[in-house]
Amino acid sequence: MIRIEPREKISNSSTIFIPIIAAIVSLLFAAIPIISAGANPLIAYVEMAKGVFGSVFAVSEMLTRATPLIFTGLAAAIAFRAKLWNIGAEGQLYLGAIAAVTVGSGFFDLPAIFLLPLIIVLGACAGAVGMVAPTFLKVRFGADEVVTTLLLNFIIIIFLQMLLEGPLQDPMGLGWPQSAPILDQGMFPPLIDRMRVHSGLILAIILAVIAHFMIKHSVWGFKLRAVGENSSAAKHAGININHSLFGVALLSGGLAGLAGVSEVAGLKGYLTADLSPGFGYAGIVVAMLAGLSPIGVLVASVFIASVFVGADSMSRAMGISSFLADLVVSVSLLCVLVGGFIAKFKIVRAGTGKKIL
Amino acid sequence: MEASTVLKLNGLAKRFGSILANDDITIHLQKGEVLALLGENGAGKTTLMNMLFGHYLPDSGNIEIKSVNGELVPLELGNPSAALAAGIGMVHQHFTLAENITAFENITLGAESLFSLRRNQRKAEKKINNIMSNSGLEAPLDIPVGRLSVGERQRVEILKALYRDAHILVLDEPTAVLTPQEADALFSNLRRMTNHGLSVIFITHKMREVLAFSDRLVVLRHGKNVGSMETSNATEKKIARLMVGSETQKVSPKRITPGGPILSLNDISVAGRSKRDSLQNISLTLKSHEILGIAGISGNGQNVLADLISGLALPDKGSILLKGVAIQNINPLNMIKLGFGRIPEDRHRQGIVGGLSVSENMVIERLDDPLIQNFGFLRSSVINDNAQTLSEKYDVRGPGIDQASRLLSGGNIQKLILARVFEQQPEIILANQPTRGLDMGAASDVQRHLIEARDRGGGVILISEDLDEILGLADRIVVMRDGNLHDVNSSSREAIGLMMAGESV
Repeated sequence: MIRIEPREKISNSSTIFIPIIAAIVSLLFAAIPIISAGANPLIAYVEMAKGVFGSVFAVSEMLTRATPLIFTGLAAAIAFRAKLWNIGAEGQLYLGAIAAVTVGSGFFDLPAIFLLPLIIVLGACAGAVGMVAPTFLKVRFGADEVVTTLLLNFIIIIFLQMLLEGPLQDPMGLGWPQSAPILDQGMFPPLIDRMRVHSGLILAIILAVIAHFMIKHSVWGFKLRAVGENSSAAKHAGININHSLFGVALLSGGLAGLAGVSEVAGLKGYLTADLSPGFGYAGIVVAMLAGLSPIGVLVASVFIASVFVGADSMSRAMGISSFLADLVVSVSLLCVLVGGFIAKFKIVRAGTGKKIL
Repeated sequence: MEASTVLKLNGLAKRFGSILANDDITIHLQKGEVLALLGENGAGKTTLMNMLFGHYLPDSGNIEIKSVNGELVPLELGNPSAALAAGIGMVHQHFTLAENITAFENITLGAESLFSLRRNQRKAEKKINNIMSNSGLEAPLDIPVGRLSVGERQRVEILKALYRDAHILVLDEPTAVLTPQEADALFSNLRRMTNHGLSVIFITHKMREVLAFSDRLVVLRHGKNVGSMETSNATEKKIARLMVGSETQKVSPKRITPGGPILSLNDISVAGRSKRDSLQNISLTLKSHEILGIAGISGNGQNVLADLISGLALPDKGSILLKGVAIQNINPLNMIKLGFGRIPEDRHRQGIVGGLSVSENMVIERLDDPLIQNFGFLRSSVINDNAQTLSEKYDVRGPGIDQASRLLSGGNIQKLILARVFEQQPEIILANQPTRGLDMGAASDVQRHLIEARDRGGGVILISEDLDEILGLADRIVVMRDGNLHDVNSSSREAIGLMMAGESV
């Protein structure tokens, strides 16, 4: 029999090497399905690396994919820090996107310097609105926010589909369920000419740095950490838990809303009901991988985006099924999570107490 | 004597990380003997008993136990089933009973094979009744354990061990939850059982029980067996010297005349979910220069009273007056601002936020203070300097002020809370079980601070289960029972004990 015990000290070298080892192990595991699909795994991995770092275009694609993940990752990380389990980033993302196309597609004809900030602020507000009801229900009646935020996702997506076939439908769109495009001056300027990576990335990075600083050095962040770590002690010490929770909830919803804004006003230009391939849920994975640290979210987003984009381009280049890409993504996530677990816990033999790992 | 030795612990050692919890401990237990195992918190008593019972595996050493044919045989280490089979019964401080099933079911649970088709209920009942009449331990068998009193539950735990034919019984702090009278009854029952050949080890740090009820005692300090003696040769002073390494001065404050009233609770009722967290029309006045001791067995409303004064609970009826003025907003923050210092009962759950650093926990009650923050941003240099100063002044020791406060020991966590509370010079101090689980050094530190606060002009409400602590410190004593307060005129522990147990004096 084996037993799992927490490590007394987490060594510095293990925090660096364990993720690297986890990545290598995940490549070894992923080689099995690649071989069975009839391809050479070495060539496949070279193709994968090329797809992520092989050219400016490849890097741009990877960062484009990372941008919404940073927003949703931050949304989850901040909420989870306060033990507020916001699973509704997907819905809040769409609320932000709805706000962005509503004000951005001709409602106001303002110059870029006003229109883009307006879109950003209103998009964030719309995302925050998505957290009001779940947080109220939690604080007032003790309703579990995991359930309420999760269910709200489906309500919001159905609401969006209704909007896209009704008031928000593009009159020039030949009947497709899509919104009118955002005006050119409402779009995030691209970072590199003729590439898809846009300045939403810069906004995401700035927000991650601010979030890191606020959590560590502000009274607000102090309260958030206290409430998350031990809410009864925080309450005893005079911290208003409900205020803190509402603040965190609105901020988390706002960040998720910005993911929608950045996708619609940075990339697509118009809104459809398939804007997000699950960025809201992937944000939860990003936040967990990052250990709920905002700076860690940047790293984790780049990692996940690399695996996604790399695996995609590998399957294209090798002519193997694109399902394989999903498989590679899942295997590497599992390996990194197991690696994180091994970094924190040791495995000992129950009888003798002898350390196995 | 060798022939009647039933248990030998030979050179047991156990290390947890850098801490040597048990260092080469050797103890022999004789048949029919009551052995008291004494030591401060963290001395290694519980670790030792957990090794005996197979919860922990010793790093070195072995255990020998008397087998059926009378010979000492080695016990398989690290295996609770082997310990059970060898006749060791353990009653933990926190009971291990299933509350939703009856005492009878609890006692027989797991004692028979899972695969037997029918339970032999009649036989089991007969056996339990036999044990009850032999030992004098009585408990109702046919109602769910959740409805039994604490004393009854403890008896069920002991019956459970005896039902498994234990001939060695280990009791971890058996009297922590009992009234003095219940404790006396427990020990007289134990004595009856030892006359029938049972051997008992009980862990405690209450001197009175050791001197009154044990045959022999063993003192542990810093994981070592520092001395054992026949109880007939022992005195309180001798034991204390062994436990702490030197004789400690018992804190006994000078009596001073109290000043005017500073806090009154007027006819307050709080309706809680159950009787144990309700208050019924209680009134209480606290004067300056006074320590008011609230004695009582825990679970008689002390926690609601503490929550009320901490600002966590609102009265359904009645008012709280601070120097004659009713407090309007009863919430923790407002109470802190009005000059209440609160030392919570459960320091891990309510006292500190374990994940925050020591320095952060030292300022957690004054985040609005402009000294601590600037436009919403923490002034980390001030916070760190504050923690440095207070750690020295209050002797808070740990891995460092920037480290998570959960890494501190219990005594140091309490000192951290003392530093945070007393630095604000509170006028009213609520100390709920402030020395529970602390070693003697830390406990007398806490008591010294309470007396200092009183001498400075503050009023202290001291809620404690430890009657000796209340008798030593309090200027006035009330007893709490069933959500009511009862004035005490006598200062004899006998009389107060009877009041705690619910008898009218």
